[in-house]
Amino acid sequence: MKKAGILMILGSLLLLALFKFPLWNIILGAPQYPEPLGMDIYLDGIKGVNEFDIQNIDGLNHYIGMKTIPKPADMWEFNVFPTVIGIMVALGVLVGLLGFFGKVSYWWFIGWFGLMSVLGIMGMYDFNAWMTDYGTNLDPHAIMKLSNPDGTPMSYKPPLFGHEKMLNFDVDSYPHIGAYFMFVGMMITALAFFIGKKEWNKRPQKNVEKILEV
Amino acid sequence: MKIYYSSVLALFSAVIFLTSCGNNNGKSSGGALNSSNAEKVYVAPGEQDEFYAFMSGGYSGNLTVYGLPSGRMFKEIPVFSQFPTSGYGYSEETKPMLETSHGFIPWDDSHHPDISQTNGELDGRWIFINGNNTPRIARISLTTFETVEIIEVPNSAGNHSSSFITENTEYVVAGTRFSVPIPQRDMPIKDYKGNFKGALSFISVDPESGHMDIKFQLMMPGFDYDLSHPGRDKSHGWFFFTTYNTEEANSLLEVNASQNDKDFIAAVNWKKIEEYVNNGGGTKMPANYAHNLYDEDTHMGTTTMKKEVLTVDPLKVPGAVFFLPTPKSPHGCDVDPTGEYIIGNGKLSADLTVHSFTKMIDAIENKKFDGEAYGIPILKFEDVLAGTVKSGGLGPLHTEFDGKGNAYTTFFISSEVVKWKLGSWEVIDRKPTFYSVGHLMIPGGNSRKPFGKYVVALNKITKDRYLPTGPEMEHSAQLYDISGEKMELIYDFPTHGEPHYAAGIPASILAPKSQKIYRLDENKHPYAVLSPDQARVERKGNEVHIYMSTIRSHFTPDNIEGVKVGDKVYFHITNHEQDFDVPHGFAMIGQNSSELLVMPGQTKTSIWEPKQVGVWPFYCTDFCSALHQEMQGYVRVSPASSNIELSWSLGED
Ligand SMILES: [Cu+2]
Repeated sequence: MKKAGILMILGSLLLLALFKFPLWNIILGAPQYPEPLGMDIYLDGIKGVNEFDIQNIDGLNHYIGMKTIPKPADMWEFNVFPTVIGIMVALGVLVGLLGFFGKVSYWWFIGWFGLMSVLGIMGMYDFNAWMTDYGTNLDPHAIMKLSNPDGTPMSYKPPLFGHEKMLNFDVDSYPHIGAYFMFVGMMITALAFFIGKKEWNKRPQKNVEKILEV
Repeated sequence: MKIYYSSVLALFSAVIFLTSCGNNNGKSSGGALNSSNAEKVYVAPGEQDEFYAFMSGGYSGNLTVYGLPSGRMFKEIPVFSQFPTSGYGYSEETKPMLETSHGFIPWDDSHHPDISQTNGELDGRWIFINGNNTPRIARISLTTFETVEIIEVPNSAGNHSSSFITENTEYVVAGTRFSVPIPQRDMPIKDYKGNFKGALSFISVDPESGHMDIKFQLMMPGFDYDLSHPGRDKSHGWFFFTTYNTEEANSLLEVNASQNDKDFIAAVNWKKIEEYVNNGGGTKMPANYAHNLYDEDTHMGTTTMKKEVLTVDPLKVPGAVFFLPTPKSPHGCDVDPTGEYIIGNGKLSADLTVHSFTKMIDAIENKKFDGEAYGIPILKFEDVLAGTVKSGGLGPLHTEFDGKGNAYTTFFISSEVVKWKLGSWEVIDRKPTFYSVGHLMIPGGNSRKPFGKYVVALNKITKDRYLPTGPEMEHSAQLYDISGEKMELIYDFPTHGEPHYAAGIPASILAPKSQKIYRLDENKHPYAVLSPDQARVERKGNEVHIYMSTIRSHFTPDNIEGVKVGDKVYFHITNHEQDFDVPHGFAMIGQNSSELLVMPGQTKTSIWEPKQVGVWPFYCTDFCSALHQEMQGYVRVSPASSNIELSWSLGED
């Protein structure tokens, strides 16, 4: 499974991009912000697109009683996520290497893919839960308390994906470079599974028996 | 039938309308031409102008910033005058900027802005401008658009042939219009002739910091040095000054200084004098003049009194100074982009005199002199003359260039701009101005590389151009499209104060480097508070220092007690915003000063001396946010004998 092993290694290594590029990006534009404010969400913290964006978003959010945007130390996720991704990359490379030398079967590749998908979904779920808390758990002494037409308090939860109009702001939330690398990487590992399957079936029978005995 | 009648009526009135349309004289031309002119000056909402135009404020003492072609005003930059809008000249930080050897002066008359150059081309680092009345030169940063330095010029009076810069901004030059006794002394005015001197000051500009320092003053005969311009390209190293009153009259100059058929353009080889000075030449004389410098990190101006100036006697540097005879009390002195032609605009004549730099050098080398004045050789008029422009106009004042071989001269008396060709001296076009034009400006028109698309005529008389506003009106400016063979008047707009000269530059050079905020983490003001928890109040005898911070939408602290009648209260206000265009203001009831307008990251200080017991409010004067109205606070003032301790708070009950 030489080809498949290499693809598996390559695919998992692409996840390293997450340490360099943001996973997600939220842009807030308004009439008085012709240059919009923006947040880049990295594995290990949130940064402004421009240097003072976070400070300025916090400044605006205090009117509606939102908490300040968390610093890395404020959320366990920013410690755990990098570790999890690090482990998954190492695991992927290991599986790829073992596959390359024919020590493990192609099922390990799809197994890694499955585990990564579950972790990814859990991550998104957690991210969404934080945004819900951030957008709805408001200071009762907020300067402006706005409610929906039905009387329920207005929520300022940014969209997980896509565009939403919130007061005077247009909020756009989309995956960023890091996420695209992760997506491509995971697709490559899935491809490794299919190619590995072909390669595995073509290999000399003797080896198969040997492994099956194990 | 009714319908029939009304349509006849409509037709009839349309005919009247059409005939009256053809009857306009200069004020507005009808039809297709007009609509294409409208397109030329129309900068659609949200779009930006192609050029910045910096216009001197004249008696406003300031500098205004406009956009071209729209004629929209963007900013008034306070330079020599107190400006309550921002607190310039009122805040403790900026008061030193207006210090002089005569003490604090709240005003001046600003005339001739000039943008810094490198290799004869606009580089957009700084703009300089002269204070005419109490001689001073200011430097304004073109990243913050704020005045950052003012140097007083000693031995000078009527600082008018200023502030023109050499082609690598080596010097900003300031010449005296009024000659005076040097050093100043008690003497009869009638003894002017032969005793007064005219100082031409060469102020060096540090290439990195921009800091100014008077390198030397050339002590010239007691004429009136009216205007000047640097040589450029081939004539780089020379400076040219027009003179009038070579008669040296001291009274009724309008008659007595108009007797000589020719006055002079003084040609000064400053490179030669620089070398002389660098080798120890010149005489140090005692002086007293202020050098005011604003530090953008401490947000603070400081005054240093300088006590000495280096003077140079032109006779001690042979070959450095010559006189070029120029007819009829020349006013403007302009040098074309190649540096070859020096134009003397003889304000009492119809013609323009153009001197040739090449011929001048030749005349000097071959000693073609026509006598001397106070020992300074006078070159033979015919030997330096390149040509005469028979303009047909009256009262030429100033000339600018388009970089395509054409020159544009204003005529004050005949109220027009005349376009003529360099070399052939033929008049190509002329267009009226409204009315009595002084200077004109083409962006870069006084550099090696003009941007010859527009010329702005800066008029002295407005009369009926705009809706009347009583006896006093703003001055009028006209914008001409000069991209074609003929000039086209495309726009007319009022300008603030009295713009004498102006300087223009493509927006693409300045706009990208215009600063948006001051960084709070670089604020080194000694009274700054860099985080709200440092906000506090301290007493030193009867001085109370309030270290206050602002952010939308509150002051920290906003309740202060323990201040007493007779205290001198310093509000040191630091704006903690780091967002573009979010200033906060500060004003205290009963304060004998102006408000402050504090930019993001900046600290400014204002003094209040409470005279009455009570609880006195202060507030933010800039509509900073939806809760701007809530941005307020109180100071409790107790009797002088009170022993209430200082206390301060925010958000406590
Ligand atoms: Cu405010």
